[in-house]
Amino acid sequence: MSTQPALVSENVQAIENLEGGPARGGSFRGRRIGGDSWTTTFLLALCSLTVLIPLYVTIAMAFKTTEQAVEGSAFSLPAPFSIDGFREAWSLTDFPRAFTISLLVTAGTVFGTIILAAFASYAISRNWERRLFRYSFFYLLAAMFIPFPVLALAQIRLTGLAGLDNPAGVTLLHIMFQLSFSVLLFTAFLRSIPMELEESARIDGASTWQTFWHLIFPLLAPMSATVGIFAFLASWNDFMMPSLITSDPSLQTLPVVQSIFQTQFSNNYNVSFASYLMAMAPAIIVYIFTQRWVMAGVTQGAVKG
Amino acid sequence: MATTTATPVTTPHAPRPEAGPRKRRKVEPIYYLFLLPALVLFSLAITLPAVMGIFYSFTNSIGFGEWEFVGLINYQAMFSDPAILQSYLFTFGFAAVTVVVVNVVAFLLAVGLTARIRFKSGLRAIFVIPMVISGIIIAYVFNYLFSNSVPAAGSSLGISWLSESLLANPDLAWVAIVVVTAWQAIPGTLLIYIAGLLSIPGDVYEAADLDGASKLQALLRITLPLVAGYVVINVILGFKNFLNAYDIIVGLTNGGPGTETRSIAMTIVTGFTGGDYAYQMANATVFFLITIVISLVQLRATRGRSAL
Repeated sequence: MSTQPALVSENVQAIENLEGGPARGGSFRGRRIGGDSWTTTFLLALCSLTVLIPLYVTIAMAFKTTEQAVEGSAFSLPAPFSIDGFREAWSLTDFPRAFTISLLVTAGTVFGTIILAAFASYAISRNWERRLFRYSFFYLLAAMFIPFPVLALAQIRLTGLAGLDNPAGVTLLHIMFQLSFSVLLFTAFLRSIPMELEESARIDGASTWQTFWHLIFPLLAPMSATVGIFAFLASWNDFMMPSLITSDPSLQTLPVVQSIFQTQFSNNYNVSFASYLMAMAPAIIVYIFTQRWVMAGVTQGAVKG
Repeated sequence: MATTTATPVTTPHAPRPEAGPRKRRKVEPIYYLFLLPALVLFSLAITLPAVMGIFYSFTNSIGFGEWEFVGLINYQAMFSDPAILQSYLFTFGFAAVTVVVVNVVAFLLAVGLTARIRFKSGLRAIFVIPMVISGIIIAYVFNYLFSNSVPAAGSSLGISWLSESLLANPDLAWVAIVVVTAWQAIPGTLLIYIAGLLSIPGDVYEAADLDGASKLQALLRITLPLVAGYVVINVILGFKNFLNAYDIIVGLTNGGPGTETRSIAMTIVTGFTGGDYAYQMANATVFFLITIVISLVQLRATRGRSAL
């Protein structure tokens, strides 16, 4: 049995290989020596329509006039091209406020998850022989098996009592539900960092804090990126937790705002779709720029060993 | 063998050079400071609610005010409550169907995406998009399609069961939920299958080719057995996720028509507003136990290789 870090990096490598476009010589994946299969390409392109059509409908509907959105087919192009939907959605849902709250919750979750998990993971992996640290690892990991619905009722009550029935409480809970997965990724990565590196820093007189903050934490950057992206996606897209924890509707995040205004959008489909589009766009934009980490992260998280 | 301790996850770190002779060395206090914030917050935010939930499930609390212990009454009542039984039946059925759909589709897509094709990275990038979109928002988009576009297409094609909204049909609303959940869950499953397929050395296919195996034979007799471990991971992870279904159902049917598509999570949450706080705590505790059992099966089946 090989050790875990080696295989994790193998997976990343595999994903990177895939990134390289059409397989060339040296790749063993091509089963047809003759060249790329156009039939498979065509079939996959056809399948990709199931992903693209709902997205196309969202964009097309958002740019229609109310009249066209109500009367016409979902698949027609906007004619005339109108941004009234965005204007109305912007003011009706108070988009700037919901966006700011979503942004604060998400940024807080990303930042908090990386910091808390990286510090805890470092302490755990460098004191593995001590029972306290070893058990802490399994204790933190256990949460991976506790879904939010199980804890929801008690957490609603407790956040209410603690005055955290607001975005700050949501941020804290988002961090806690990300912690297990993140500690797992960080400790696996920390094991692959050679001890000699740290020892030489120590010999040069660096304290534990300096060693961690100036040497190890920067080395963790690729793992922090993966952890951060997962925290971002989980936090930005979550509906259940903020809708239950935050008691003041005017402090809700973007996904919850969509459900609050669902009845007020009524049949103004251009307004509702403009609102959906504005809420989902940031995650899609982040995805476009971070594809590599998103894909590597899924594999690392799920396939250990 | 590392796996005798169950998992690489639980495999103790290789002994560090300095750990041997000075095993009982003093831990630098700063390490406690590094670990403590995570431990304390975690205990308050996760452990405390878990303990509290189990505790209240043995009471008659309505969420505030006075309460007293009632023993197992909540649990007894639960097992004869049609609303709760229905939500379990629906959620498990839905999760089972969705797991099959998601894994079959994701596996076939992964085979396609690891073959020699054009636009490989572009196609793969498109297939992953659903993973980054909020469940409730995409559910609203599909809600519109199912209520307007699909019936319009259905009636123009003369298909009667499609000419009315699936979401309003008590017998078929679950199909819409499976479709949207699968739409969102396929990317993650797909990426894991791609990693699995890429781990198969190419020479086994060359050997099969020389022996005259057809493509289908190669897929069923070589590829499938070699990625069996990945199938197990995907099936268990998926099943666990789908049992927690909430966002997408709220956006599509909100549990309707009637309570036909109400998931376990949605039923538990009614304890927040419905006054049967302790009762739904009992429900949550039972659901918790089920989750633990599935997680143990997962750890056994994957020897700890799956983490999510």
